[in-house]
Amino acid sequence: MPFEPVLLANINKPESYTLRVYEAGGGYQGLRKVLKEKTPAEFIELVKSSNLRGRGGAGFPTGLKWSFLPKDHPGPVYMCINADESEPGTFNNRILMELDPHQVIEGIILSCYATKAVTAYLYIRVEYPTCYQRLQQAIDECYAAGLLGKNIAGSDFSLDIYLHRGAAAYICGEETGLIESLEGKRAWPRIKPPFPAVEGVFRKPTVVNNIETVCCVTQIAARGVEWFKSIGVPSDPNNPRDPGSYGPKLYCLSGHVNKPGCYEAPLGITCRQLIDEYGGGIWKGRKAKAAIPGGISMGLFTAAEFDTPLDFAGPGKVGCLGLGTAAVVVLDETVSMVDFLHNSCRFFAHESCGQCTPCREGTHWSLTMLERIKAGKGRLKDLDLLLEIGDTIGIIPGTTICGLSDGAAWPIKNAIRKFRPEFEEYIKRTNPTGYMVTEAVNALPVVALH
Amino acid sequence: MPKVIVDGIEVELAAGERINGIQAAQRAGVEIPHYCWHAGLTVVASCRMCLVEAGTRNPDTGDVMMVPKLVPACQTPATPNTVFITNSEKVANARAMVEEDLLIDHPIDCPICDKAGECNLQDYHFKYGQDQRRADIRPFTSRKREMGDTVTLFVDRCVMCTRCVRFTREISGTSELFVINRGSHEEIDVFPGYPLENRMSGNVVDLCPVGALGDKDFLYKQRVWFMRKHDGVCTGCSTGCSISVEENQDTVYRLKPRENPHINQWWMCDEGRYGYHHVHSDRRLTDVQRRDGVNWTLIEWSQVVREIDERFRNVGRVAVVLSPHLTVEEAYLLGKYAREVDPQAQVVLGPVPVEGTDETFKNGFTIHAEKAPNRRGVEEVVTHFMGQVATLDNLLISLASGEPTAVWVSGGYKSNWIDTAAADQIASAAACLVVHDTFDSPLTEKATYRLPDGTFAEREGSYVNFSDRLQSVSWAIRPPAGVRVAGSVYWELLGEVGLYKSRRVLDEVAERIVFFAAAAEPVGPLGVDLKTPVLEATPTA
Repeated sequence: MPFEPVLLANINKPESYTLRVYEAGGGYQGLRKVLKEKTPAEFIELVKSSNLRGRGGAGFPTGLKWSFLPKDHPGPVYMCINADESEPGTFNNRILMELDPHQVIEGIILSCYATKAVTAYLYIRVEYPTCYQRLQQAIDECYAAGLLGKNIAGSDFSLDIYLHRGAAAYICGEETGLIESLEGKRAWPRIKPPFPAVEGVFRKPTVVNNIETVCCVTQIAARGVEWFKSIGVPSDPNNPRDPGSYGPKLYCLSGHVNKPGCYEAPLGITCRQLIDEYGGGIWKGRKAKAAIPGGISMGLFTAAEFDTPLDFAGPGKVGCLGLGTAAVVVLDETVSMVDFLHNSCRFFAHESCGQCTPCREGTHWSLTMLERIKAGKGRLKDLDLLLEIGDTIGIIPGTTICGLSDGAAWPIKNAIRKFRPEFEEYIKRTNPTGYMVTEAVNALPVVALH
Repeated sequence: MPKVIVDGIEVELAAGERINGIQAAQRAGVEIPHYCWHAGLTVVASCRMCLVEAGTRNPDTGDVMMVPKLVPACQTPATPNTVFITNSEKVANARAMVEEDLLIDHPIDCPICDKAGECNLQDYHFKYGQDQRRADIRPFTSRKREMGDTVTLFVDRCVMCTRCVRFTREISGTSELFVINRGSHEEIDVFPGYPLENRMSGNVVDLCPVGALGDKDFLYKQRVWFMRKHDGVCTGCSTGCSISVEENQDTVYRLKPRENPHINQWWMCDEGRYGYHHVHSDRRLTDVQRRDGVNWTLIEWSQVVREIDERFRNVGRVAVVLSPHLTVEEAYLLGKYAREVDPQAQVVLGPVPVEGTDETFKNGFTIHAEKAPNRRGVEEVVTHFMGQVATLDNLLISLASGEPTAVWVSGGYKSNWIDTAAADQIASAAACLVVHDTFDSPLTEKATYRLPDGTFAEREGSYVNFSDRLQSVSWAIRPPAGVRVAGSVYWELLGEVGLYKSRRVLDEVAERIVFFAAAAEPVGPLGVDLKTPVLEATPTA
């Protein structure tokens, strides 16, 4: 399927990160037009009508999020841009920030114009030094060119953008964790309500948007809603609440494929198309075993589920959590699912912020169980216990504050439910004498001597 | 009347009242277990022990719409027509899960843990936990460490409810405690060189729902199930915090704050908390003695009261010094006795110790500089007899110029309260000097009669704090052998029969002195405000 890249249109130009190259390609024209022709309310309506959904993972309609800001608030209203891209397998924000920072900034200015925010904070993880430099460079260029600061492009609208480097904890990518971290606190997600739109950064109304989302806003401003809605999967006519999956999407393809990379494709492309048409097929002539549909927290596709469309509704139909960040990681037939799950559990046990008991202890417990299994001491009952943990932690059952543990739960649930024979075979093979044991071993903990 | 429904039980809400699911359930008599939530602190909803099912009832049709997932009751406001279900299988499973999770890393060292017996983790485990341990994980171990001069942290017992962290941020405003590390390696800690040292630090031990924070003063001293709790009033300063005196066989082991929304809420200061050691000091006076020339003669209580009474009546002129450590009843009885012997008797207020200045914390809690519990009450008694607040200075002036006077000085002070010069002045002017005190002072050395008095834990009666709130307490422990508490001595002096009962005296005080009129009705555990004679409702929480 030939698709002319839009979000990534500039990245192959030399010095694509400079204002000169960006403006030569028609950059900032959309912004100037919107500032001249549209009021903020009209622009919010425009974005609403485009059905743009947030690209950060949850897929919440962006225009709707903006319209949740309280009307007639004395202000200030803040905009937070989430560039703490830490979902394993995801690197699309990095490409955008490194190679097309002006597209990002234009989107931020547009989003701030719509939400009447006068200050934007761009929360960027510390592992992205090049992104940081290029963005800072681009922001400086914009200030010099009158595109940031007072009276942007001759309009009444003023905006300052600040880059904030986070120390890169996974939890800082969670909306309210990011806000806490930005305020200089420990990144423990806040309880909601109040939602950030009512009380966010410094207790003021705040919108948190993803880098790719604001880039889509740039393109909507430049190319219009009709163009945006001509791409992707239309909403389900039988479900009036389905906002559809419109627009281009950056898919981060990695793992065991011939040509890993960040590819732009219309939403709704299937996993198989992505792997075969963009990724050049599975490497070394092997067969695929599974794929992560959108970052590790979204669960797993089996090879048989590769025809699932990668839109906001697709992965959910085969038992995954959702599209997430559309970071597809392909696992070939040689990968042990035990290893995969161990790695996943290790990540979430390490990254759990430790606020809610079920997540703090559940992720840790599942990791130790996987370690036991890998050490050849696994028992079949461990799988049921793992599934029980997976089913009980997260905001979906309601046992935690944020979605981190849903992300921890889904790989466990998907891997064990979809590949159970492999786990059982592994346990029986590595622990032939003890795999049937049902009571806890070392049941009594060692009493610490004080 | 707006209503909340908890497990089918309807709870009424007052207009504009804002309570959460846990509080609503408490009113319905339903316990929702919780660790991180505390009425005095912000809500973090992180322990997830209070997960319940919630929904709303349509007031017109009566249909109930439930939220599909579990919600923390602490974070869910009990707005009118909210429905809480706490007894479903789903809720029971969630509680069992949280209990199991918390116990994964817990050392389960209850036999050597001070908290055992009053530990939420323990109690909830038996009520809501699973009978088998399924996790075969070696628990996280970390050695105990000092948080400051008063508190020890047993790191591995912690359930990370962060109540203590929030206390130092929101109540004391000192922010010493914080969380280090992440995930299951999280610990409470202080910065190096910045220990937990504020004047309210002991409260974090009360807040701790498990045995993680240990009170060094109480550590390994007593098992909690051996102790009995008595409602008391802290006599450390004029704030007059409501406290519980916890004792076993007449030994006080600790003082804890008792919830009183009018005075101290849930807190008390360290000074008050640890200020009970004088009760068991070996320097306490325990002998009844009479000076015969340069020698002291031991006499019996049964003899001394009659003897003093005779001598006072012989001298004819009487003056009494009412210590601000006396209860209202005791002060009144002594004043009444003095006036009975000598209608012109001087009734004066004893010295009121003051140390430093008032210290107010972030939440408004104040430690007063005035280190006596009952200045206001005694002042009013003195005013009743004298028409004004006469003090020791007034007495010294009249003693210097007047005729021989028999003087009764009441004490009860925790430390030395009178200097040698003043003591000399009183002693030289007094024809007969009775000192009824807990410790030796320059005055007791010069007394004609030296009587041992009780401490706050042994007293019975009422105190009036700085804001004119009167609280009545009964004694917590019996005084040591040889000691008689002021009230019973005065009772006998007045020739009353039967046991001294402060309530009978308070009835008389309330009748005779307008200031105490509000105390005529029974005084509840929260006390009564003497400024506005309105009875307080009994506490609900």
